[in-house]
Amino acid sequence: MPKKILHIVESAYRATIEEQDDTVLWFTHAMKGAGADVSVLLRGNAVNYAVEGQDASGLSFGARKQTQPPRLDADVAKLASKGVEVFYIAEDAQARGLQATDLIGGPKSLAKNELPGLLARFDLVFHW
Amino acid sequence: MSTKKHLAFLLMDAPYEQARTTTGLRLIDLALKKGHDVTVFCYEGAVALAFAKQAPHANAVHGRDVEQEDHPNPKDWIAALVKLAAEKGSKLTWIQCGLCVDERGVGEAVQGTVRGSPADFLKAVETADNTLVIPTQ
Repeated sequence: MPKKILHIVESAYRATIEEQDDTVLWFTHAMKGAGADVSVLLRGNAVNYAVEGQDASGLSFGARKQTQPPRLDADVAKLASKGVEVFYIAEDAQARGLQATDLIGGPKSLAKNELPGLLARFDLVFHW
Repeated sequence: MSTKKHLAFLLMDAPYEQARTTTGLRLIDLALKKGHDVTVFCYEGAVALAFAKQAPHANAVHGRDVEQEDHPNPKDWIAALVKLAAEKGSKLTWIQCGLCVDERGVGEAVQGTVRGSPADFLKAVETADNTLVIPTQ
């Protein structure tokens, strides 16, 4: 049985413009592709990754345009479509004025007091 | 009964940026000194830790020339950990995220390091007794 791994993503929008993605979401995609039993919890500012329709396009320096900006909501949705369970902390979303209707489908709301139960389901927890 | 363990680490910080890197190297050093096997996966800026072209310099503020300054660059510490593992009969597998290396142009790494991917990290995680991810912030 593969180990059950939870990635907690808290450091948000770190180098996403330079990388054209979030490096932890990308890493999770790669691990899932390699056969990992992996889930994701978005907390803190990273709950914003689930906001539908965010648009980081339009950047250019001089004549060099960024034609493939990060699409974090799509990357989260793609994880969910691959069978990766994605959670977000309800209180962190509320604190940022986010309603469930603002978010893509797929991620599951989790109250802070439900965290111990969630963490107990995993062999390894990586807090990014 | 063997007490040898296999520990996996993921480092993410670029050199000379965070104390987290030193902490990670301390833990790796201790694990090797105790004879444990260690896998290190360097992700993002941490791939520059092993960049072979790092160079020491004199330090006018300290009033020392390059020899007196005797500054171990991170690559020197990694080379020393590779040597330590061999002396202790431990296995140190130092994996550099290949795409991260390419993005940064730091393909020339010290001996004892290999190029890999997140799939290699997953393999290490699955066989390790425990894994510590030390992410950047």
